[in-house]
Amino acid sequence: MELDAVPQDNSHTYGGHRKLVYATDACGEYVGVQSTGWEAETIATDSALDLLQQQQAEIWQRAQRGETSALEYYMVYRRMDVALLSQTSGIFQWRIRRHFKPSVYSRLPDRLLQRYSEALGLDVATLRLLVERP
Amino acid sequence: MSGFIHRQSAHCESGVMASLLTHHGLPMSEPMAFGLSAALSFALIPFVKLSGLPLIAYRMPPRAIIKGLQKSTGVRMQFQTFRDAQRGMDALDTVLDQGRVVGLQTSVFWLPYFPEGMRFHFNAHNLVVYGREGNDYLISDPVFESPVRCDRASLMKARFAKGALAAKGLMYMPEHVPASVDYAKQIPAAIRRNTRIMTKAPFPFIGIRGIRRMGQQLLKLERDPVQCEKYLPLYLGHIVRMQEEIGTGGAGFRFIYAAFLRESSKLLESAALKEAATAMTEAGDHWRLFALRASKMCKGREKMDAALLDGILNGCADREVLAWKILSGIK
Repeated sequence: MELDAVPQDNSHTYGGHRKLVYATDACGEYVGVQSTGWEAETIATDSALDLLQQQQAEIWQRAQRGETSALEYYMVYRRMDVALLSQTSGIFQWRIRRHFKPSVYSRLPDRLLQRYSEALGLDVATLRLLVERP
Repeated sequence: MSGFIHRQSAHCESGVMASLLTHHGLPMSEPMAFGLSAALSFALIPFVKLSGLPLIAYRMPPRAIIKGLQKSTGVRMQFQTFRDAQRGMDALDTVLDQGRVVGLQTSVFWLPYFPEGMRFHFNAHNLVVYGREGNDYLISDPVFESPVRCDRASLMKARFAKGALAAKGLMYMPEHVPASVDYAKQIPAAIRRNTRIMTKAPFPFIGIRGIRRMGQQLLKLERDPVQCEKYLPLYLGHIVRMQEEIGTGGAGFRFIYAAFLRESSKLLESAALKEAATAMTEAGDHWRLFALRASKMCKGREKMDAALLDGILNGCADREVLAWKILSGIK
């Protein structure tokens, strides 16, 4: 890639930052150049982010309807899946899935919620209630 | 303070190592650190899944650069992991208070200075801590333009995040740094190691064969109408992310490696290395073409055409074969 071919597409996923890429100058020497983003990369990142967002909205609605607990919502909110939450909290996967039942979740003791709170970086009071909108 | 100079890099691990070595009196560019550790690779591992998608890597696994540099430069690193997070933080404070700079392995997700769109649960990020002020740690994160700060609680969470590739608070610093490197001997040796990985791996999903295999896989997915509609676009997006998003310096590390070859050609006054650098650049340009077309197909802006993508991937493979062929003549 030549210097003037380094894309400067102002990707919103960079959050205003610039990344370093390597490109060749007129003599063929490599130099590091900052790039504000590349469309191809943005499309790929966005499709991954969209998927997460969709999943989040879907689970929020299910939680709203009482089909799952707020825990599952906060899990996807933190971009985790059951396997990762299990590793992070030290709670078995089958137990976490059980806690997705609103009736079970609403009766969880603080001691267990505390472990989820540490794993998810959200306080216990937040975990108890579903946010008003996803 | 330690007088540490922040330098932006394309990739975290090569960036951290280049900066640490430079700080300790062995000036080194990021591409040189990457090349000397023979870190270029390609792997498509179908049985290791990341949220349902196969693992695709354009470089050797995490910590390969640190270990590779120990081998080629003779630098000795001291590694420390911790069972207890508090003790891990205390140990960090102790070395910082001695005025030393330290490399850390962390998760990306819990670092507050990362923009929202880049925060994924990836545990093998690397950064340098060069001091602390009050509750804040002074951090040189190689993929950022300038130094950043991070509070104690967040850094602790990032260091001790669990899951795949968990860092367990890994902290590393040079114990012994040589005054110079015998480039005439070490560059060809590193290139030989890398040539073996790319052309002689015993598994069909690693190296050049892996690149061609990925093309074959795309063709196969396109033939299945269900996969073609849902999975294939997702998969293409995933490939492009691995190639471009994850701090690769462009074209899945091919440009960094070409920069290393070019720098080496000057150091060793070798025309063959210069030629190989050009060939690797052309391979990189082809990878960029792949990303461009694949991303358009991923989003439906262009009609899905796996045969076209397979053709481009074979073009990447052919160009890399040429580069490695030239490099196999380097003594």
